[in-house]
Amino acid sequence: MQPKTYSIFGGHGSKSGIERAAEIIFTICGFFAVLAVASISLYMLISGTPALFKVGILDILFGTTWMPDAATPGFGILYVILTSIVGTALAILIGVPIGVMTAVFLAEVAPPGLTRLVRPAVELLAGIPSVIYGLLGILVLNPLMYKLELKIFAGSTTHQFTGGANLISAVLVLALMILPTVINISETALRSVPQHLRSASLALGGTQIQTIFHVVIPAAKSGIITAVVLGTGRAIGEAMAISLVSGSSVNIPLPFNSVRFLTTAIVSEMSYSSGLHKQVLFTIGLVLFAFIMIINVSLNSLLKKGGAQHD
Amino acid sequence: MKKNLMKTLAITGLTILAMGALAGCGSKSAETKASDTTTTAAAANDSTAAGSTTGKEAAKGDLKGSISMVGSTSMEKFATALGEVFMEKYPSVTVQSEFVGSGAGIEAVGNGSADIGNSSRNLKDEEKAKGINENIVAIDGIAVITDAKNAAENLTKDQLINIYNGTTNNWKDLGGTDQPIVVIGRESGSGTRTAFEELLKLENKCKYSNELDSTGAVMAKVASTPGAIGYVSLDVLDDTVKTLKLENTDPTPENIKAGSYFLSRPFVMATKGEISAQNENVKALFDFIYSDEGKELVKSVGLIPAN
Repeated sequence: MQPKTYSIFGGHGSKSGIERAAEIIFTICGFFAVLAVASISLYMLISGTPALFKVGILDILFGTTWMPDAATPGFGILYVILTSIVGTALAILIGVPIGVMTAVFLAEVAPPGLTRLVRPAVELLAGIPSVIYGLLGILVLNPLMYKLELKIFAGSTTHQFTGGANLISAVLVLALMILPTVINISETALRSVPQHLRSASLALGGTQIQTIFHVVIPAAKSGIITAVVLGTGRAIGEAMAISLVSGSSVNIPLPFNSVRFLTTAIVSEMSYSSGLHKQVLFTIGLVLFAFIMIINVSLNSLLKKGGAQHD
Repeated sequence: MKKNLMKTLAITGLTILAMGALAGCGSKSAETKASDTTTTAAAANDSTAAGSTTGKEAAKGDLKGSISMVGSTSMEKFATALGEVFMEKYPSVTVQSEFVGSGAGIEAVGNGSADIGNSSRNLKDEEKAKGINENIVAIDGIAVITDAKNAAENLTKDQLINIYNGTTNNWKDLGGTDQPIVVIGRESGSGTRTAFEELLKLENKCKYSNELDSTGAVMAKVASTPGAIGYVSLDVLDDTVKTLKLENTDPTPENIKAGSYFLSRPFVMATKGEISAQNENVKALFDFIYSDEGKELVKSVGLIPAN
């Protein structure tokens, strides 16, 4: 067998053709994403806006009664919006410190043996389908929460008992679900901090912990912010897991109340809804879509700022 | 050399096996084909024979036109399923259904703008006085369930209403142990929720702590939560939950038909005058509903056949 040889002069007649064809194929692929985003945005706007005007923008966004089937229906989703904001914020508050610490552990502190144990665990966590998190929430978290609820509200006649399906359960599940995203992206950011920064800090007499908190984490700031924002996106868009653990009644987002998120509001009522009710569900989708767009835009501007500082 | 021999042996062996398998399959498929053709032939013979002798079969094929049904939104699932199966049986008949509410349906059949008025309640006397006939085609029953360890056995109508509107929130007043009640229901738009709230006159007054989006989810949540109460259609009941008596009556099909179980309602397909006075299409539809096949259809959408 003769090894194959390549010549830079070989086949140069067909070369320009291949180059052009590849260029066209890449362009088409690139436009698929643009086309998808554009058509989804357009569709959400077309199907989400009619109800806004039929019911009234203020009545939908700031109304507090959700009774889509009543004789005089109420389509207020204020509590639903608040639940999504509060729930996501709490999940970030719990999940991000844990995630960033885990990333620091993996990137800076852990002995190789432990890294080999922790990293696959994190990667597996990312691969678990969200419905499994929900099932775990139902089987483990909800009974625990119910015991806690019974203790805290023992003898209360005004509290409505939820059987553990409450905001805290949903927040804990969400916090667990954003962990892999936060850990992976923060770890990459920490690892990409140039070694000479660490060396300089250590040479100046800084301890390892001082180096991590005063040099490495500040240097990896923009990457960690990306991790937080992507985690937020994941949390606000999650539906399946929290629809199983949150109870899905429309209430003020207090810790032991059964609550409904923007996502679960759509999921739980889409199947039987009709007419204006269905249109309002699309409007909820539009609100969710707007939230995610805002998060993405803020991510981009933050990244640009972070990048400018780094240079 | 030795290796090659082994290879050849293995390949020959595999080939023989594969051929055997193929041959087996071939002969089998030939057999099924043969039997298929014979059955279809027999069926064809049957139908022609039936057609020529009784003439009834021929009449079935002759049905043409449309049936219009107007009425209850709760009956949508049943009416749609009925329409689909009926139109499959009689391809030249179209069944049109509108779902605007029981009262509107009965009014439509009364003034002749619809053949059938769907109603998920009994007819009122003044409606019957207009010559509208109440044909009960199915019965919708709802069971009230709690977790299997709950000590409560029986609820009265008022107790049930008080649980669901938030007045009562502990089982100790209802024959159970001292534990809070976790009120579980379905999402708005669900037919079971609509029926439950209508029967108890609690439309949009229920205070649910959990609004779950499927019957299965209600069963699972009630089974796993001490002190939970929920409602489901009768056909899904099993041992994981405890079914409560209402006014000392078990939700059995017999009790529901006898009318002693209050959490049930008739599905009425009202006609103007007796069924026998209707056109051929409508008569065929009712014949179908009351046939064994129709009863199976009624059961398949979670209802109890009326007769």
